[in-house]
Amino acid sequence: MGKMRMQSAPWRAAAVLASVLLVGGVAACGNSDTGGGGSKDDGKITMGFSQVGAESGWRTANTTSIKESAAAAGIELKFDDAQQKQENQIKAIRNYIQQKVDVIAFSPVVESGWDTVLKEAKDAGIPVILTDRSVDSADKTLYKTFLGSDFVKEGRLAGEWLVEQKKSASGPVNIVELQGNTGAAPANDRKKGFGEAIAANPNLKIIASQPGDFTRAGGKQVMEQFLKAYPKIDVLFAHNDDMGLGALEAITAAGKTPGKDITIITVDAVKDGMQALADGKFNFIAECSPLLGPQLMDLAKKVHAGEEVPPRIETEETTFTTEQAKEALPNRKY
Amino acid sequence: MNDTMSRFRTMTGHRLFWPAAVLFAMLAANTIYRPGFLSIELKDGHLYGTPIDILRLSAPLILVALGMTLVISTGGIDLSVGSLCAISGAIACMYISKQPDQSSIAVVATALAMAMGVSLVLGAWNGVLVAVIGIQPIIATLILMVAGRGLAQLITEGQIITINSEPYRAIGLGHALTLPLAIFIALAAALLVAAFTRRTALGMIIESVGGNSVASRLAGIRSGRVIFLAYVISAACAAVAGFMMTANVSSADGNAAGLWVELDAILAVVIGGTSLAGGRFFLSGTIIGALIIQTLTTTVYAMDISPQTSLLFKAVVVIAVCLIQAPAFRARFTRRRRNAPPPAPVADKPKEQVPA
Repeated sequence: MGKMRMQSAPWRAAAVLASVLLVGGVAACGNSDTGGGGSKDDGKITMGFSQVGAESGWRTANTTSIKESAAAAGIELKFDDAQQKQENQIKAIRNYIQQKVDVIAFSPVVESGWDTVLKEAKDAGIPVILTDRSVDSADKTLYKTFLGSDFVKEGRLAGEWLVEQKKSASGPVNIVELQGNTGAAPANDRKKGFGEAIAANPNLKIIASQPGDFTRAGGKQVMEQFLKAYPKIDVLFAHNDDMGLGALEAITAAGKTPGKDITIITVDAVKDGMQALADGKFNFIAECSPLLGPQLMDLAKKVHAGEEVPPRIETEETTFTTEQAKEALPNRKY
Repeated sequence: MNDTMSRFRTMTGHRLFWPAAVLFAMLAANTIYRPGFLSIELKDGHLYGTPIDILRLSAPLILVALGMTLVISTGGIDLSVGSLCAISGAIACMYISKQPDQSSIAVVATALAMAMGVSLVLGAWNGVLVAVIGIQPIIATLILMVAGRGLAQLITEGQIITINSEPYRAIGLGHALTLPLAIFIALAAALLVAAFTRRTALGMIIESVGGNSVASRLAGIRSGRVIFLAYVISAACAAVAGFMMTANVSSADGNAAGLWVELDAILAVVIGGTSLAGGRFFLSGTIIGALIIQTLTTTVYAMDISPQTSLLFKAVVVIAVCLIQAPAFRARFTRRRRNAPPPAPVADKPKEQVPA
């Protein structure tokens, strides 16, 4: 028996190795011959893109926009899904550096901890474009530009609308907040912008704030506890539509009417969220547009050609009330 | 006096005592913080309150952890359960979303059967890798853990699939006898597993394979088959948990459904007193472990502990539970306490004198 095991060991090792190779996506390395030296000669730009994940409808619309615009602009796209993990993104970026892509673009999962890998890209002479989310590196030369929404502004717009709605309120207005992933830029910034805006009225108070991780299940679970812990909740501010949609079910189960008993403000304006707004279950959405693919491809071409680009580029965005949502809904792409 | 002392000692020595005590302490702390924590009221004909939430939300974890208990008992581990939850939920929701009448019982039944079928095949894949080919369980199931999440996203095409199906929703949110249906599903699964393992010889066979698979085989037990079966059962449990998770929000999210549930399940098994080395397993301990983990999460929300400190808070509680559970730690603790009042036992003395 012992001898049998010894003999089968190499086979087992081979099987393990084969599986790990398959899973690790090392197959992508095979492209490095074409993606490497060749790309610069034929003039075709190769872009390596590392996406956060597919955690929400917003993110998948963002992914689709990037993939479609890359195809339209004739840019060869290497796409990687980091599944919400920074180590996966760092691994993907290092892969892109090894493959000598022309431009690296990514949406950082969290804000901090990028200096080393960005330095590696800079040393390899590969320009980096941040999309959608920023990093907190002190050295701004590590990346060419940051293309994305102004999350602080989104939070502020949401807060300003609430201040306007509640300006006649005499008593305290209790607000609960569903945050995104702890440490993520949109969570930090939307919280900051919202907090700054509602400071204008001392009656508006955030009584509880917990992360729902941008998912429906997360938003629901947190809201269930909020509803039990705080008998009087007037306003819910959710950092994205999906958490708000999850919270809707919790509010209904508690015997309250969303949109009436509890005013609901969210950010993003994805289709399901817009539908809820049109139905009067949400009250206000600050848009955060995911369709930044065309802008990204333009930037990639400019950066590749060595042109100077501004260090901060905002995507065009608006806000929606119930009436505006009803109008906009039929033409909504995502 | 002596009698009560010894009775107390037997009680604290029971393997379920400390996990249950921790669970009780957490509930007590919550009640002190907010007296209404344990209150339950009747709303729309069913019970409503935080304890009900904890039971309902821990149901998927209990299911996954039950399967995990059997796998760990054979000396293995199943990292793929989280991905399996995502796959089963994705298949069921995708099929339902494509049908004209989403609320038809036949549609939901077909969806569940399809998803369960695929999950069983994937469980069999794990079983073959471990029991037939002999790959180490942690690596064999890691394959499906990583690839499975990709598979779930392929099925959903990277989108969150929203469905509007009352019968499917009932799996996660329905009620029976004023209690959430999910609780009964988890309970039924627990009783089923308990009946199969404790009323037949299967449990003892699994434990013997986990204790020493070669010796078991020489004693006439087909170790390979038992191990294979454990992975298939684990996959089936994960599939049902996946139905619950997706039914809870009426949508399938290939990326987030069941994320990290494998780690919570392993933790629940360990808190419950089953050794990661394999051998004896304790289903009731696992269930208490799962309840502890869910109570911990709910506590963080109910007390509004800041997100930055909540991870630390969870870690401290988990370390405390694991230390209390560890025989070595407990032995040291009780010996010291016992040593204090009476004169030290003679047997210990020579040991102390040796270094001098």
